[in-house]
Amino acid sequence: MSTPILTIDNVVKHFDITGGFLDQIRFKNGKFKLEKTTVKAVNNVSLSINQGETLSVVGESGCGKSTLARVVMGLYAPNSGQILYSGKRIDNLSHKEMLPFRKKMQMIFQDPYASLNPRKTVQRTLEEPLRFHNPKMSSKKIYDKIEEIMEQVGVDPAWAKRFPHEFSGGQRQRISIARGLILDPELIVADEPVSALDVSIQAQILNLLMETGKKRRLTYLFITHDLSVVQHISTNVAVMYLGNLCELADSGTLFENPRHPYTKALLSAIPKIGETSEKHIKLKGEVPTPIHLPSGCVFHDRCVHANERCVNQIPELLTLDNGTCVACHAVEENRVIS
Amino acid sequence: MSHLLELHDLEVKFALRTGDIIAIDGVDLTLDKGETLGLVGESGAGKSVTGFSIINLISKPGYISKGKIIFDGEVISSFSDEKMREIRGNKISMIFQDPMMTLNPVFTIGTQMIETLLAHKNISKSEATKIALEKLQKVQIPSPETRLDQYPHELSGGMRQRIIIAIALLTDPQIIIADEPTTALDVTIQAEIMDLLQELCETDHMSLILITHDLAVVSQVTEEIAVMYAGKIIESGATNEVISNPRHPYTKGLINSIPGSIKPGEKLQQIPGMMPTLSKIPPGCAFNPRCLEKIGICETNIPEPKKTDVGTMASCHLI
Repeated sequence: MSTPILTIDNVVKHFDITGGFLDQIRFKNGKFKLEKTTVKAVNNVSLSINQGETLSVVGESGCGKSTLARVVMGLYAPNSGQILYSGKRIDNLSHKEMLPFRKKMQMIFQDPYASLNPRKTVQRTLEEPLRFHNPKMSSKKIYDKIEEIMEQVGVDPAWAKRFPHEFSGGQRQRISIARGLILDPELIVADEPVSALDVSIQAQILNLLMETGKKRRLTYLFITHDLSVVQHISTNVAVMYLGNLCELADSGTLFENPRHPYTKALLSAIPKIGETSEKHIKLKGEVPTPIHLPSGCVFHDRCVHANERCVNQIPELLTLDNGTCVACHAVEENRVIS
Repeated sequence: MSHLLELHDLEVKFALRTGDIIAIDGVDLTLDKGETLGLVGESGAGKSVTGFSIINLISKPGYISKGKIIFDGEVISSFSDEKMREIRGNKISMIFQDPMMTLNPVFTIGTQMIETLLAHKNISKSEATKIALEKLQKVQIPSPETRLDQYPHELSGGMRQRIIIAIALLTDPQIIIADEPTTALDVTIQAEIMDLLQELCETDHMSLILITHDLAVVSQVTEEIAVMYAGKIIESGATNEVISNPRHPYTKGLINSIPGSIKPGEKLQQIPGMMPTLSKIPPGCAFNPRCLEKIGICETNIPEPKKTDVGTMASCHLI
């Protein structure tokens, strides 16, 4: 097997949200103590993507999927663990050493209203990365490239001198995609790229992403909460809950035969068009805060299959016969009927 | 039989400096007791404005320029503000999209619930507290007594939306208008909230108008559906009929553009272009520039709603 284009190896990302010195003081057992509050956003997540594949990371809000994307892009440094790009470790590189990798990895954000600079014309937005990474490139070449890329994403190149506010949401997202593509990257990290768009526009953007993906042999790391989108575009799907990876499988297997109790509940909750609502699996309680993670399996207090072991021991990711990786004691002990 | 709520040829205009724009253009709707109606469309289709106009919450520069709204035999569209207050939040309640924006962050849940009750009913504070508790139990909130003293920020998004529903239920309304009630929530919570709304409609014979862009949610929850495009209802009828046999090209396109209706990895069917801005609605059928099946007449004549072969109504020249 060839080296995966991207490997996420045991990445941990915690955020310290304590604030100042006074906020840290706690009074416990008759003593004053300094205590820190950390949000445990991503805990020991390992994933890898091969060239040309689409890996989707799904989960509900607060599960750490966006944090993971940002760690991959080098926007956050992981607390521990590694990010490997084509086998080379990139999370500990200096700014200068990172530059060639930044060219190969680009990100598309959720909200095309917030991610484009309102004071820059489309042309300036698109030429900035080109000029920065290729200082010797001639202006003519740059403008040709911008024209070419705008045509590819379906925005009329004649509009290059316009400002973002003159475009609709769908067109803005096309411009964001153009900005992502202009450096001819190999890996695109897309953080909820269609969530802010209307259904009919969403289909246009998904088609665009799939087509350019095929044409350029792009690799996608797709972050989303929309499971029907995931089913449509992904090769592999990773399900996250509260900063932990609970299940990883290829898209077909995951949707046909989900194994982790959380994945099952999540899939049963997707409304499907034209089907009268079947009883979906109800979860007990609510998602706990990532500040105080539950002991053992983070899902145990909402899981119907949980027992003593789930409360005490953190489940490891197991590979099952059909290739699905799942982190669940109940699945391991065959307590869940699949 | 007379309907609980009727909208007759409703037209809502917004008076702008550049001239009036028509946000709602001749909408006819009926809602019976205990019925659930889904109002679907993309952003800018006029679905929320329709919802707001029912309880006369259109703020300036918007106004109802034509048509009437009849609730329980009375023409409420011509009611004075004072008279309208007896209906709004009392007999017809509304639930909004973002539960954090709808709850006042500086008052406790209890204060906000009791305030609503005291505004509409002539009862004592302790009686109001009792009703508030009862409604909190109804929306399945654990330990309702403690919730009354909590502030909105202490609760999760799903819990807040339950509180909002409880507030809407306080006065035992006959109609609940829910404007994208689950759009800001996660799927598992969305499923729970939708279950709750459905249950309430069944047990209390309440009518529900569900405004959403999500066809899948509507198809699971409502009996009747109305699809809006550029201020008009372009297709309506029984939900399962409209979803399984759409007759208007826009409805067809909308259904086909949802991933999941075709094999994974294949090209999604897309509707080219986008919804026109309300100030520049094309002549003829508003959908004609995006329509894949258009014929000559579509560019000149506005289609009238017609009965289709499956018993639904659609406004399209091809029918």
